[in-house]
Amino acid sequence: MRPRRRGGLAPYVFLAPAMTLFALFMVVPIGYTVYLSLHRTKVSGLGLGKGARKEVFVGLDNYAVSVGDGELWAGWLRVLGYGVLVLVVMLGLALLFALMLDTARVRLARFARIAIFLPFAVPGVAAGLMWGFLYLPSLSPFHELFGADLLSRTTVVYSMANIAVWGGTGFNMLVLYTNLRAVPQSLYEAARIDGASELQIALRVKIPILMPAIILTTVFSVIATVQVFTEPSTLRPLSNTISSTWSPLMKVYRDAFVTGDLYSAAATAIVIAGVSLVLSFGFLRLVRDRAFGEAGA
Amino acid sequence: MRMNRLAAAALAAALVTGCASGAQDSAAPADTAAPAGNVKLTFWNWVPGMDKVVAVWNKANPAIQVVSSTQAGGDDAATKFLTAAKAGNPPDLMQAEYQALPSFVAADAVADIKAAAEPVRREFGEGVWGLVTLGTDGVYAVPQDSGPMMFYYRADLFEKYGIEVPKTWQEYAEAARTVREKDPKVFLGTFSSKDPGSFAGLAQQAGAQWWSISGEAWKVAVNDEPTRRMAEFWGGLVKEGVVDTMPYFTPEWNKALNDGKLLTWPSAVWAPGPLASNAPKAKGKWAVAPLPQWNAGENHTGFWGGSAVAVAAASKHKEAAAKFATWLNTDPEALTLLVKEGAIYPAATKGTALLTEPPAYFSNVPGFYEQAAAHTAGARGFTYGPNVNVAYNAFRDAFDKAAADKSSFVDALVKVHDATVADMTKSGFQLAR
Repeated sequence: MRPRRRGGLAPYVFLAPAMTLFALFMVVPIGYTVYLSLHRTKVSGLGLGKGARKEVFVGLDNYAVSVGDGELWAGWLRVLGYGVLVLVVMLGLALLFALMLDTARVRLARFARIAIFLPFAVPGVAAGLMWGFLYLPSLSPFHELFGADLLSRTTVVYSMANIAVWGGTGFNMLVLYTNLRAVPQSLYEAARIDGASELQIALRVKIPILMPAIILTTVFSVIATVQVFTEPSTLRPLSNTISSTWSPLMKVYRDAFVTGDLYSAAATAIVIAGVSLVLSFGFLRLVRDRAFGEAGA
Repeated sequence: MRMNRLAAAALAAALVTGCASGAQDSAAPADTAAPAGNVKLTFWNWVPGMDKVVAVWNKANPAIQVVSSTQAGGDDAATKFLTAAKAGNPPDLMQAEYQALPSFVAADAVADIKAAAEPVRREFGEGVWGLVTLGTDGVYAVPQDSGPMMFYYRADLFEKYGIEVPKTWQEYAEAARTVREKDPKVFLGTFSSKDPGSFAGLAQQAGAQWWSISGEAWKVAVNDEPTRRMAEFWGGLVKEGVVDTMPYFTPEWNKALNDGKLLTWPSAVWAPGPLASNAPKAKGKWAVAPLPQWNAGENHTGFWGGSAVAVAAASKHKEAAAKFATWLNTDPEALTLLVKEGAIYPAATKGTALLTEPPAYFSNVPGFYEQAAAHTAGARGFTYGPNVNVAYNAFRDAFDKAAADKSSFVDALVKVHDATVADMTKSGFQLAR
């Protein structure tokens, strides 16, 4: 006996590992999260002992509570301020460094490239702790320099943004730089023959060519920023200016693991996923024509 | 016996951002493959040297083998246990801090071990026994250690600045002002907005009853009169700027203790441990006294920390586990080892007699434990409710803000109370009005 059609099964066999992993680690957890977000435990009486607590279906109640919680939106606002700061500074620096490294005259290019990239290799928690120690008034070398408490209510957001910028610039710089290296040199030669200065080449030739890469790095950074968790969580024990709900993701963590309410946490997690989707796709849609449309026009 | 808070936070962050590796090394459920009659128990705890105590048991009880698994301790261990219980594979035995026990009971994660524990009831004081029964008919754990609070101070620096040991909180406030006048770089004390356990202990000293059970309903009074009075006192000192607001167990706090910039610490009987590791330079310079009192002549104090050993409701060998838990906390040999290896302050009344040597850090105070016993004779606790985790989290947020802004501590306390009540209402607990 041989199969009626060769290869009838083969594609599925090849797909199976990927599909199994996807189902196990994406579909099932997401499904369970959705399930949790529609339920809640209800206790009766004192809530002690066997059977005092049972899971009940509550429909969209958890979502209503999650969306109606002012603290979540305050968290979004804080993250928005932080995100604008991080995005502008980090991507600005990354672009600047990439363009500078790409000019012909730069010295120590290899060393500079690695030096800028290196912080990206430091795990976020380690970076958060290291900077945290540098910020602590009694230990900080910067404290004397700036004459300000770097963990106070007004400054803490800049201190946090600094950690993200320090850690993220190198990666984004590398993405942009690699893109620049792929551009044929003849393009620049043509520009030079036409009398363009290095600055003009950077502004008029390189940046437009880089546009898709800039957009890509922006989308990645937006997603990372919406999910900011590591920096505030590692700084929180050091300072009393960061609440347990400073960012939306911290609120999810608090609900799930500190106050033990997995149900609300699940609902908030889904709300956050929705907001990330809207933000990143919204941004893509906004810039799509500008970035990718020009080539075809 | 508290782990470095930074490490805990780092761990939490690493778990979330690093996509927890999923390796449940220590979370193995009770071994079902063991031959009949041969029971293997897993025991999550954070007592140093517990493996040595367990080894003694294992030698004497070949049929019931216990494996000790070291945990991070504190809130993180409680969270991990609740998560494991929800996932259906908790350890058989769990070290539970008293304030976490009600949330374990409410989550139906620990078993009622009254049958095994009732016979040893008389080994413990009434107060500490109440913490494991929660005022109900059940017994949900066997008490292990307790943390009555007392007043630690730098004897050498008190002399240098010419301060008397404060007998009342009013005197404490005066002393705080004096210290600031003598040296503006030094503080008498600090208010930690990160340590609800310490705040709860001070509230207990003042006579608070945050939770209580009346009939079939919970009574919640986080903002009761004694706690308000205490919060107002500390809020006033913070606003006046005569006490610091740096949280305990931070690098800054360590440095201040080491450098003699912080002169006192109202803490529990386990304080020599953290002091020895966080402020090694000040060894032999500290002394102990009773906590300052609200009214002169009284002798009250509260509890900060302390834990019991509970049996998981999902354990396949509850009886064997309960047997081990009672042995561990009442057997003289086990207690001797716990004191020696784990430096715990045993909850069992006969255990205190085993504490003869002062801790190494307090070698200058020969009668450390006699003093401790005298200073903490008037310790009073309160029943912890089923959502201490919610209350404590609300405390951190509200008092972080109040301490940073130097705003009203009473308002912050009201926020904590409201958050606690709102959570219980949402969950459906019966509340007494």
